[in-house]
Amino acid sequence: MKTAGVLVAIALALALQTSLARFVVRGTAALDLVLVVVVYVALTSGPVTGMLAGSVAGIIQDALSSGTIGIGGLAKAIVGFTAGVIGQQFIVTAAFPRLVMFFLATLVHAALFMGLYVVLGLKEFPSPWAAVVSQALANSVAGIVGFAIIESLPGAMERRRYRRSKR
Amino acid sequence: MAVVDIRRRTGYLFLAVIVGHVILISTQVTTKRGVPMLEEAVFGVFSEVQRGANAVTSGVHTWWQDYFALQQVQSENDQLKKDIGELRVRLQQERALAQQTQSLQKLLDLKGSTALLTTGANVIAGGASPEFRTITIDKGTGDGLRADMAVIAPAGVVGRVIQPSGRASKVQLLIDRNAAAGALIERTRAQGVVIGSGADDLRMEYVPGSADLKAGDVVVTSGIDGIYPKGFVIGQIQSIRRSAGGYSDIVIKSAVDFSSLEAVLVVLTPPPAAVDTTGTAGKARDHE
Repeated sequence: MKTAGVLVAIALALALQTSLARFVVRGTAALDLVLVVVVYVALTSGPVTGMLAGSVAGIIQDALSSGTIGIGGLAKAIVGFTAGVIGQQFIVTAAFPRLVMFFLATLVHAALFMGLYVVLGLKEFPSPWAAVVSQALANSVAGIVGFAIIESLPGAMERRRYRRSKR
Repeated sequence: MAVVDIRRRTGYLFLAVIVGHVILISTQVTTKRGVPMLEEAVFGVFSEVQRGANAVTSGVHTWWQDYFALQQVQSENDQLKKDIGELRVRLQQERALAQQTQSLQKLLDLKGSTALLTTGANVIAGGASPEFRTITIDKGTGDGLRADMAVIAPAGVVGRVIQPSGRASKVQLLIDRNAAAGALIERTRAQGVVIGSGADDLRMEYVPGSADLKAGDVVVTSGIDGIYPKGFVIGQIQSIRRSAGGYSDIVIKSAVDFSSLEAVLVVLTPPPAAVDTTGTAGKARDHE
């Protein structure tokens, strides 16, 4: 059930990512919803789930982006695992720590992703810092919002049921 | 403990995922040489495995080869030793043949240098008793040999035929104590009789004490005995001793090395009848 939920979340993230790409200025570099989902899964389910989710999501993303399959997967798997470990070791339930987690996760992912491409001589990333930082900020915001929405869902449903029952 | 195990499994899983991704990436990325990275990495790793396996198999192969090679070497060594032995024997045979050829050449030269009718013969046996200095040659009456025919060698006089048979003859050496030959000193022409001593030297008797003699003088056959042709070397004077009766007692070192006789010439032509000028026996004594 948990696995299915993760897979659905990844699928939705990919669908949103590819849909939003047309509307986001300068492409998807400003937001990586798949990475947001991976970090979220890692923080809520632990390092193994986060790692597997990052691996699967990254590979699918690589396959869809005509890049080298595995580089995104590797980067997201590492990020997922690390985020999961940190989520287990530290209390990451407040908004700011989560924001920092998303921010740092994005930076680490970018470093791994771009670093691997550069090291392997497959692609160059001239002056990536601005894009990376903007993406980190966007991911952080998206992650916080995502967390807030998901965490508020059960309460909202309870309140709705309560209001319907009063009528 | 269980927590530790889970953490360990997580670590292994993480490692497996990382390795899996690296492999996945390597299948797609090529190196600067155009070879897929996975292929190069696998080849690099596997080549080391191959190198190790090759080292092991080569070691075993070498050890195996050496073991069996040693067995082959042993048999080969035995065969080579056998071959060397045969070659040494053959070498000795060849050397002996060369020496024989050389001595035969000398005989041939001697035969050519003399007007005498001669025939070559090989020494096939020595004396049966040390008391009698004889040899056996491979020529007999079938080859025209008769008793009292002179036997000579390139170095000098050997002896005379004393017992010819159909295909072999017994030759009495001049050093036999019963042998004698008319002789003269080549330098002074003083005559006498050379007789064997049974040893390796000879004695010359009946030489007048007034004769001019000195050590080193060459003694040759005089031909007066009717056996030995005149002028063949017998030996050299080794020592001279005056004896009673007006004769000198002379010791002669034989010119022929009787211990190494291999081939000789038998003089078929009888020398002309000699005149006994010394009053001694004109014919060699034959006590055998």
